[in-house]
Amino acid sequence: MKIVVCVKFAPDSTAPRKFSSDDTVDRVSVDGILSELDENAVEEALKIRESAASDAEVVVLTMGPEQARTAITKTLQMGADAGVHVVDDAIHGSDSIASSRVLAAALERTGFDLAVCGMASTDGGMSVVPAMLAERLGVPQLTMASEVKVDGTAVTIRRDGEVATETVEATMPLVLSVTDAANEPRYPSFKGIMAAKKKPVEELTLGDLGVDAGEVGSAAAWTTVESIEERPARTAGTIVTDDGTGADQLVAFLAERKFV
Amino acid sequence: MSPIPNPIRPLALLGIDDLLSEEERTIRDTVRRFCDDRIRPQVADWFEAAEIPARDLAKELGSLGLLGMHLEGYGCQGTSATSYGLACMELEAADSGIRSLVSVQGSLAMFAIHRFGSEEQKEQWLPAMAAGEAIGCFGLTEPDFGSNPAGMRTRAVRDGSDWVLDGTKLWITNGSVADVAIVWARADDGIRGFVVPTDSVGFSAPEITRKLSLRASVSSELVLEGVRLPADAMLPEAKGLAGPLSCLNEARFGIVFGAMGAARDCLETAIDYSRSRLVFDKPLAGYQLTQRKLADMAVELGKGMLLALHLGRRKDVGSITPEQVSVGKLNNVREALAIARECRTILAASGVTLEYSVLRHANNLESVLTYEGTSEVHQLVIGQALTGESAFR
Ligand SMILES: Cc1cc2nc3c(=O)[nH]c(=O)nc-3n(C[C@H](O)[C@H](O)[C@H](O)COP(=O)(O)OP(=O)(O)OC[C@H]3O[C@@H](n4cnc5c(N)ncnc54)[C@H](O)[C@@H]3O)c2cc1C
Ligand SMILES: Cc1cc2nc3c(=O)[nH]c(=O)nc-3n(C[C@H](O)[C@H](O)[C@H](O)COP(=O)(O)OP(=O)(O)OC[C@H]3O[C@@H](n4cnc5c(N)ncnc54)[C@H](O)[C@@H]3O)c2cc1C
Repeated sequence: MKIVVCVKFAPDSTAPRKFSSDDTVDRVSVDGILSELDENAVEEALKIRESAASDAEVVVLTMGPEQARTAITKTLQMGADAGVHVVDDAIHGSDSIASSRVLAAALERTGFDLAVCGMASTDGGMSVVPAMLAERLGVPQLTMASEVKVDGTAVTIRRDGEVATETVEATMPLVLSVTDAANEPRYPSFKGIMAAKKKPVEELTLGDLGVDAGEVGSAAAWTTVESIEERPARTAGTIVTDDGTGADQLVAFLAERKFV
Repeated sequence: MSPIPNPIRPLALLGIDDLLSEEERTIRDTVRRFCDDRIRPQVADWFEAAEIPARDLAKELGSLGLLGMHLEGYGCQGTSATSYGLACMELEAADSGIRSLVSVQGSLAMFAIHRFGSEEQKEQWLPAMAAGEAIGCFGLTEPDFGSNPAGMRTRAVRDGSDWVLDGTKLWITNGSVADVAIVWARADDGIRGFVVPTDSVGFSAPEITRKLSLRASVSSELVLEGVRLPADAMLPEAKGLAGPLSCLNEARFGIVFGAMGAARDCLETAIDYSRSRLVFDKPLAGYQLTQRKLADMAVELGKGMLLALHLGRRKDVGSITPEQVSVGKLNNVREALAIARECRTILAASGVTLEYSVLRHANNLESVLTYEGTSEVHQLVIGQALTGESAFR
């Protein structure tokens, strides 16, 4: 079984967000990490590999700048077997439609029984890439799984919605995305950390994937960011001193802002 | 003057991270994250209750690869010595008791079997100990012989092909929770080591209570009353006191780094506290007396860290000597204890509680100062190296 995990290299969400001069998220001069929610995707893939009846391989796929290599390294340390890094200057500024175009081409090239995604990236956070991948690849999508069961080529997931819990089943090949409730990502083991250096990572360009540069990048994006402004600094809040009229003041405050 | 928005952390002052390889940083960060997730939230409670979930903890430490991590084969990870040191540093930044559990397991008990054991002993114990399924302890110190283990009274007597062990060991870390004890005893041909399963008839390990230091660590007495062991229980390759002393050298190496972890945690805590604590209407951090304390401590921390890394590099190329380890243990534990106490003054009353780590670290470091060779013993080792004169007796 071949499991390909799509992971994103995202700016560290605990650090201040910065933008480049062309109004795109600065992914180059900031500390980037493996998008935390994608750790759950990697963990699920490793678990599936470990309980697979026959030989299974976990390949990690990322599309991103040179630095995105650190996201691949992290997953190799956790236990993935190999990495594929799509890196090409023309990709800069791609929207999710273009991202999914590139990732789908890469998945077609590597081949897969199971393509595993996270529930959302920690930067863009649109949760659309998995569905777009499934559509482009013409395979079923099992998205937002909080529990995954694999039995041969049949995959069953539980999706916890706001009003109902769904059980959805499909047959491989398929695209799966898992939530952060699906599992507890493992720490990389020291053996894994030392072994990661020796694992193969293939670098691919758009040319290798047969994707035309005109299909991706800022120019091809369906939306354009016109301007970016920093959120104004926080101002001191209003302190309500309870002199017996505290509750009234609170209600007035909320009502004035149309919260009640 | 407005404060610098993002002050640097004390070890960044000297750019220590640049001295580490990417692999070393990743191992360090992994241990740090483990401690943040699993140790820090609970360790003050363990300390207060003087109880640790040793069995569960050992399994978690084992699954991460921390137990015997610098040993080769038998389920061990085979990392560099420097990486092992950095792991000890992170563990001790959480609590010296947790580092002690790992040191005793990996550097004392597992190392003794790995270095001096038979193939059968290695196969039987090391994989389980690396995984944390089996816990080990190391019994050298006796009630009347601490700094001078050569005087030990525990005896190993031949009876047919069996060995019979009698005696008492004291202050043995992990003793009451151990599955296997490495016990050093006097035999006819000198001091020998024995692999003693703790369920052997005649073996008991009552826990030592009422400690004011290293409370998140199990310390025990080992009582051996006619413990009968088969011939193959002896560690074949360890002859004389050099055996246990070489194990101690391993554990001391981890302490050289570990102590700096405790010191770093204290200093970071004190810096953070001083920046938010207002005294006489302004942050404590803004007073010259405070800054003098902080600057001096950061200097000592940086020096100790450089010393630890220097020794780590020497150990990785095989050129480290016991005297050098003594220099590291003497300096780094002594300075860490001084830093912990000084940090406690910055936190003042808050510093005497378990809400902050500083006094817990200071109290722990009192034990660290004493075990694995007291400061005085290391001064005598260094003194002998410098003068050629032994001043031990
Ligand atoms: C209004 C807007 C403008 C944007 N403009 C820009 C821009 O100018 N420049 C720019 O760089 N970005 C831009 N982005 C972000 C970019 O479109 C997305 O990062 C990208 O398309 C992926 O979508 P997502 O991050 O929302 O992923 P999601 O759909 O939330 O991700 C779900 C899962 O898909 C997989 N995945 C997503 N991205 C990758 C990847 N790169 N490699 C491998 N797997 C992946 C992961 O498994 C992830 O967990 C913009 C986004 C928005 C909303
Ligand atoms: C929490 C804890 C855990 C421990 N864990 C273990 C363990 O797992 N296994 C184990 O075997 N032991 C363990 N020990 C024991 C430790 O190694 C001894 O306590 C240590 O070696 C000192 O021995 P002592 O306490 O008997 O002190 P003593 O040897 O009685 O020393 C008393 C004082 O005399 C000084 N002194 C000794 N000799 C000289 C000299 N020649 N000249 C000048 N001064 C001298 C010492 O430095 C000290 O200040 C542990 C101790 C503690 C506190």
